[in-house]
Amino acid sequence: METTTTQDKNPPLQGAGGSHAELADIFNKDEDRVNWHDETLWWIRAKRDKSVHQLPEWEALREAASNIKFNVLSHLDIYLAQFEAAAKANGIIVHWAADAKEHNEIVHKLLTDAKVTQMVKSKSMLTEECHLNDYLATHGIEVIDSDLGERIVQLAGEPPSHIVLPCIHKKKEEIGDLFHMYLGTPSNMSDPQFLTETARGSLRETFLTRKVALTGVNFAIAETGEFVVCTNEGNADMGAHLADVHIACMGIEKIIPKREHLGVFLRLLTRSATGQPITTYSSHFKKPREGQEMHIVLVDNGRSIQLGREDFRNSLKCIRCGACMNTCPVYRRSGGHSYHTAVAGPIGSILAPNLDMKKYADLPFASTLCGSCSNVCPVKIDIHDQLYKWRQVLVKEGYTPKAKTVAMHVMATTLGSSTLYHAAGKMGRLTIKYAPFAVNNKLNPWYKNRDMPESPKESFGEWYAKNRKK
Amino acid sequence: MSSRDKILAAVAASKPEAKPLPDIEPFKHIGYTDVLAQYETVLTTIGGAVHRVNNWDEIRTIVSEKYNSQNVRVLSLVPELDDVATSAYEINPSAHQLADVELSIIKAHFGVAENGSVWVTEELLGHRAVPFICQHLAAVISASSIVDTMHRAYMRIGEAEYGWGAFIAGPSKTADIEQSLVLGAHGPRSMTVFILND
Amino acid sequence: MRVGLFVPCYVDQFYPGAAIATLQLLEKLGVDVVYPKNQTCCGQPMANSGYEHLTGGCNKLFIENFQGFDYIVSPSGSCVLHIREHLHDDKQPELAKEVAHQVWELTSFLTDVLKVESLPSRFPHKVGVHQSCHGQRGLHLSSMTELVAPGFSKPGSLLNMVKDLELVELDRKDECCGFGGTFCVVEEAVSSKMGKDRVADHLRQGAEYITGADMSCLMHMEGILKRQGSNVKVLHIAEILNSQ
Repeated sequence: METTTTQDKNPPLQGAGGSHAELADIFNKDEDRVNWHDETLWWIRAKRDKSVHQLPEWEALREAASNIKFNVLSHLDIYLAQFEAAAKANGIIVHWAADAKEHNEIVHKLLTDAKVTQMVKSKSMLTEECHLNDYLATHGIEVIDSDLGERIVQLAGEPPSHIVLPCIHKKKEEIGDLFHMYLGTPSNMSDPQFLTETARGSLRETFLTRKVALTGVNFAIAETGEFVVCTNEGNADMGAHLADVHIACMGIEKIIPKREHLGVFLRLLTRSATGQPITTYSSHFKKPREGQEMHIVLVDNGRSIQLGREDFRNSLKCIRCGACMNTCPVYRRSGGHSYHTAVAGPIGSILAPNLDMKKYADLPFASTLCGSCSNVCPVKIDIHDQLYKWRQVLVKEGYTPKAKTVAMHVMATTLGSSTLYHAAGKMGRLTIKYAPFAVNNKLNPWYKNRDMPESPKESFGEWYAKNRKK
Repeated sequence: MSSRDKILAAVAASKPEAKPLPDIEPFKHIGYTDVLAQYETVLTTIGGAVHRVNNWDEIRTIVSEKYNSQNVRVLSLVPELDDVATSAYEINPSAHQLADVELSIIKAHFGVAENGSVWVTEELLGHRAVPFICQHLAAVISASSIVDTMHRAYMRIGEAEYGWGAFIAGPSKTADIEQSLVLGAHGPRSMTVFILND
Repeated sequence: MRVGLFVPCYVDQFYPGAAIATLQLLEKLGVDVVYPKNQTCCGQPMANSGYEHLTGGCNKLFIENFQGFDYIVSPSGSCVLHIREHLHDDKQPELAKEVAHQVWELTSFLTDVLKVESLPSRFPHKVGVHQSCHGQRGLHLSSMTELVAPGFSKPGSLLNMVKDLELVELDRKDECCGFGGTFCVVEEAVSSKMGKDRVADHLRQGAEYITGADMSCLMHMEGILKRQGSNVKVLHIAEILNSQ
């Protein structure tokens, strides 16, 4: 009777193109490219290190940021209401979206009301999470992403592979080809300066002609009803200040209590992200420009559920700096797309299962639990502990392959009994089936790139019995 | 029930027990021994240019050596520098009329030593697009206005009322293509800060 | 001082040398060491795979074997971390907690409890240290490059006491080797690549031996070294500290 349920859940865990392991396996077919990807991101991690080591108060700042966010999570309903009231008083129109669908519908209606079929958008991972572009495209609305990296992946028909560095997986030659195809640059032109200049020219035209601009939100201040958007390119500002309608979309966790708390977060955000002391532009939008309409869409989309999960709620402290991706040895060697979710890397792997356990059951296992992510996190999210805890939840909820469960039961029985353990050992070291490194077999993934340990003539237990008679 | 009420109810039901805000007062006392030198170093490192000047004439000279306002459009939001501008500033322009501005000269409220930024609000700008749409940006701050850190910056901003404000730190930039730094992504290709000795 | 020697299952079965060296080193330092013979495993292989609920048998055995010692010492940071964080027993929660708190990883036991300041060892080779993540980031055996904090290394300070040993400096001081328990087979491609890259760093610096406080990482790197036909060897830190 229950078997159908179990079968529905088994076997688990694949996104459209495969699991993280499968996609990472494909990524690793080109080792030079893996090296390049790894080194590029490691370089950013190194820039982050250099930058944060200039601040003796760094760890205290992280602690303060973490505690501000804990305060936010424990008063979130109050701060949201406070923010709404203040924003309204500032002349901003506030919308609430329970899920991705409602978010997309709200944005669509605003575009319809403005009688436009085109929109310019600066970086917003929330709109990626909600698949806004696809939704609007099916309704005949063209969105142009204005962040250079996002524009590049948009031309390539791909999602961003990194929340801060959307096209970090692309080589300049590939970008040159895209620009040749879509923006009319000469072929084989891959100089970053030239390509950036081309995009600048093309997007300037877009900025000057779009009546509606959408931006993300980095921080929203409960007390004042203003929100802050951080960019290096100035694309959010170019869009918002030239458009008649500005729509800002934010997850409800982006609230912070007071303006002075920006002092803490703006010091942490960009140093963690890229090693810069601050982004070039930290724009504080408090009121619409004269004659402009300003909208804020506050989106839940699973966040209130995550807030109720005691073990996982503090993932909502995330300020989307991407440091955990840059430091993650697995992310650097598997590429963002292997995570098959809008937010890749360690933080994505603890956020995604909240939205869909079946689809993202593989992600918490795409980690060695090395803990580097938790150490770089500017708001001290215990990312690797949450990965461990998600594994326990996913197993209990039945999102693991049956074969693995069977093997784990055998292993637990063997290791839970001294007699069985020693019998297994005596039968020959290599028969200890639970040890993946112990089966010399081409079907064993260990053996593909790694030799087996030599089997010693006796175990330590046997040696001890002979040599230490107590 | 509206989505608003549903979300607020769900959040109220899910939120953990109340945690207090931390004391961030100690951060406000962190400072540099030489605030000006720190400001100059950081702004230069992030691609900006700095000039320490004693009077408006020095700024005029530096600007006019580089920009001939007869050939390119120079916009000044600083009354003291109107004579290096192409034409007097029009109140409330349509931003689209700013598309051909080569250099915008603005005043900023203050600078921040830890990151080389300046703080501006819209009443200094005429239009919010002014510091973004130009090819080059120059900002004037007074030497005594530079604060040490962002904590001090927000102390200084306090409860100030504004419609829009921004920290601007250097020229518009991107490193999206293979992490190669390119100045002038969408906004200004250069940013010059004039530090006017008090 | 009565010390219970906790030898991880895979060390018992595949790397008895590391366990023997641990035993001899502790004995040399005047410690009364006992190896409870019915011990098996800390339960981590199941727990890290999401099956912590199946580790009851291991927990029970661990407590049975190790209660009553002044200290429990093990040559594995990873297994020690697992016991410290996860050993529990619903029937005797207090006892489980007590046992968990008595578990020490070998190098920190030497530096923090025995306060070893010199060793009679000699090892005339160039050695690279692998900072195993669970020992380093979990048990804080060494400072971590991510944090703004003073530098230190417990394994490093012990290796500096070894005569004629030369430590090499790595390009990436504390990157994971990619073993990760079942990660090594579930994510074979990334795991192998991480292992290769870690090994390459040691080779670039001219290390003759790679050592560390966790045999599992060393086993992973040994698998790669052997496949590459390298002469570079892995040795558990206890074997170096115990060498003459």
